[in-house]
Amino acid sequence: MAQHKVNFTQDGGLPVALTTIDKVVNWGRSNSLWALTYGLACCGIEMMAAGASRYDFDRFGTIFRASPRQSDVMIVAGTLTKKHSEFIKRLYDQMTEPRWVISMGSCANTGGMFNTYATVQGVDRIIPVDLYLPGCAPRPETLQYGVMLLQKKIRANKASKAQKAKRLM
Amino acid sequence: MAQVKNRLRPFFENITYEREDNELVLNFGPQHPSAHGQLRLMLHLQQEQIVKALPDVGYLHRGMEKMAENMIYNEFMPTTDRMDYIASSSNNYGFALAVEKLIGLEVPRRAKVIRMMILEINRLMSHLFWLATTALDIGAMTIFLYAFREREYLMDIMEGYCGARLTHAAIRIGGVPLDIQPDFLEQLRTFLSKLDNNIKDYEDLLDQNRIWRMRMEGVGVISKEMALSWGCSGPMLRASGVAWDLRKEEPYELYDEVEFNVPWSDKGDNFARYRIYMEEMRESAKILYQCIEMYEKCERDGQTELMAHAPKYISAPKLDIMTQNYSLMQHFVLVTQGMRPPVGEVYVATESPKGELGYYINSQGGPYPYRLKLRAPSFWHTGILIDLLPGHYIPDVVSIIGTTNIVFGEVDR
Amino acid sequence: MRAYKRKDDVQKKPYYTDRFWIAPQVPKQDPSSDEVFAADLEALKEKFEIVDAYIQVEQLVVYINSKDNFEVIKFLKEERTYDQLTEMSAIDWLAKKGQFEIFYQLLSMNKRKRIRVKCFVNENQAIESVEKLYRSADWAEREMFDMFGIEVNNHPFLKRILMPYDWQGHPLRKSYPLQGDEFAQWYEVDKIYGKEARDIIGPELRDTSRIDRYDSERFARLGHEVPRGAEVTDNDPINPQEYQEDEGVFLIKKLKKESSVVIDDPQR
Repeated sequence: MAQHKVNFTQDGGLPVALTTIDKVVNWGRSNSLWALTYGLACCGIEMMAAGASRYDFDRFGTIFRASPRQSDVMIVAGTLTKKHSEFIKRLYDQMTEPRWVISMGSCANTGGMFNTYATVQGVDRIIPVDLYLPGCAPRPETLQYGVMLLQKKIRANKASKAQKAKRLM
Repeated sequence: MAQVKNRLRPFFENITYEREDNELVLNFGPQHPSAHGQLRLMLHLQQEQIVKALPDVGYLHRGMEKMAENMIYNEFMPTTDRMDYIASSSNNYGFALAVEKLIGLEVPRRAKVIRMMILEINRLMSHLFWLATTALDIGAMTIFLYAFREREYLMDIMEGYCGARLTHAAIRIGGVPLDIQPDFLEQLRTFLSKLDNNIKDYEDLLDQNRIWRMRMEGVGVISKEMALSWGCSGPMLRASGVAWDLRKEEPYELYDEVEFNVPWSDKGDNFARYRIYMEEMRESAKILYQCIEMYEKCERDGQTELMAHAPKYISAPKLDIMTQNYSLMQHFVLVTQGMRPPVGEVYVATESPKGELGYYINSQGGPYPYRLKLRAPSFWHTGILIDLLPGHYIPDVVSIIGTTNIVFGEVDR
Repeated sequence: MRAYKRKDDVQKKPYYTDRFWIAPQVPKQDPSSDEVFAADLEALKEKFEIVDAYIQVEQLVVYINSKDNFEVIKFLKEERTYDQLTEMSAIDWLAKKGQFEIFYQLLSMNKRKRIRVKCFVNENQAIESVEKLYRSADWAEREMFDMFGIEVNNHPFLKRILMPYDWQGHPLRKSYPLQGDEFAQWYEVDKIYGKEARDIIGPELRDTSRIDRYDSERFARLGHEVPRGAEVTDNDPINPQEYQEDEGVFLIKKLKKESSVVIDDPQR
């Protein structure tokens, strides 16, 4: 993980008062999270298995979309190499707000077992991450649990201020 | 929308050059909607037809060969898992076989039978995954769900054996660490009894399907010379007229004791490769039935050893480690310092589901290999796209990439 | 005085080797012990200078001069029916003798034999490409160039293949550290955000055994999380993670952990 701290809690961590509009909008957003297929390596296979017959993703309202312009959440599954880092930043910029990032697997969290010259030590050196899922590869149930936690997090934020830009720098 | 200041300049991927010849450069970028991973293809198109294709790989290069020069042999085993991550145990097995040939170890029979079972299960997993993703790319999403359902049963069996669904590390240098669990054979038998009907279902859906045939027949024809020149192996080579399968030609493990056929074809197109994969699934099922019988014979004959007996290189069984002092001391030394194979080099190739997976190990007597080169079949199968794609149309690119069965963990290592 | 570390070989070394230990060798056999290999070697000796030849682990290993490599491989391909180049790469001996060792692994299908052709090149010497004979050498030589820096003459497209185009350094050399030199460690930050961002993003954390009691997201305290800023003690209570808020979500069934059922039949 990166050394800098990304501050996600607003108001110093106190619970936020939500209006009905916020609740309705957040309910809509959380129950139809369209995911960008960002399967890079082995975790991508587990992400596909999470979307396949046994662990279905469609019941969450999650559809895998190929285009960043049409997706809400980017599930970075797999090792991010330095050659690829430019493209993940481009794709993150192309996603429309509101957007979230789930970092799945050890390679995306911290570089994983690949402590080498060509691996980015954690996706959060480049883009801000909302949820980290440990495992190598995490089971599909872990990914589903992660998506449910992300849904809970979305529902806890105010809808309009939710996209105060998560500035990495 | 607040944009974070960065130095990336916008680039426009699809640029139409204002030249007389109307050529379009299309960038099939590193992030794919299809399942194959991080392939970047620069295609020069003349209206809809490709005139030049340049694959750009390296987006998953993690430096495995350099890692091997800094890790002991047993420590490197889980890293080999991540090469061809769909059939992980076949990579483990290739590495274990290479080191065993370097040392000159003899693996006990029961371990060989278990290894064969694991290898064939991995072959089935890989072919089912191939079928699922190729069908998904071409548009047949039902097959994706069906094949993944079968694959989940196989992953349950592997999970019951070694604890991991995807990256197994189930095979060690010198044998296997674990005996199969009590309901392994039963689960395997239930699975195999349904497998034949399931393959027949998929063939019924796809074989006579007009769309499938139009997209696969006559597309991506690889001639025999091109296949040999590019170093193709596995189903890519067998579809082009060369009936070369390492399990028959240079048999390892107990493949010379089981009976199976090697499907091959001389058409060289996508459809031939598809038929070969389906037939290979049936052959794997045949091999698995024979392996189950061999395992039961081992049980009756009382051969219970799982790891080779070579105290200088391999640790003793856990029971001995926990009770005998010298076994414990030797195990400690082997785990902290690592085993030191003799000075020499070896190149060993096995038939992974994708093709010929080779390991070249050059050892200078130290605990770390001096040079380890991983020969991945998918590297050359991606290279062949340079010569294969010109002349095809864009949708053919997707189906060709599908049937070449490329896995980027292998290509980039 | 700080310890002296060699610059030309920075790979990990075993921390203890017995001073009087002699490493055993993998046995080598004489090439005449196998008829097929003996015939091949005789044919090769007539036309080229063979520095050394032996059989090791059932494969013939032949050492030649680096200037002959194209001719030798052409001879093996056309006259002796070695129809596939399965692998080609290099080994770094710069620390020991200042040379690279290049090996070609060839396969003959009708004879079912494999042969390894090896030669030595100096550090700045280029080698002739065999891409005209086998197309697989196209990419194999590109990878060799990328990883070692060995130039190849008459290659159609000698550019980096596994590393990015603007990478500096040749990773598989023994003088290149595993975790990358300064260029490698800051590559992605420099490329995307520029050098000014190095302080903000901070260096890579590559210490695999680092334990942080107050880890930024309390990763080490799974199940016993405390709010941000609160003190961490040894008996934090268990913090159950519920998927849903306490009062439930509109139109979504409230999950009650007590009434959940464990499905343990894998073949359902």
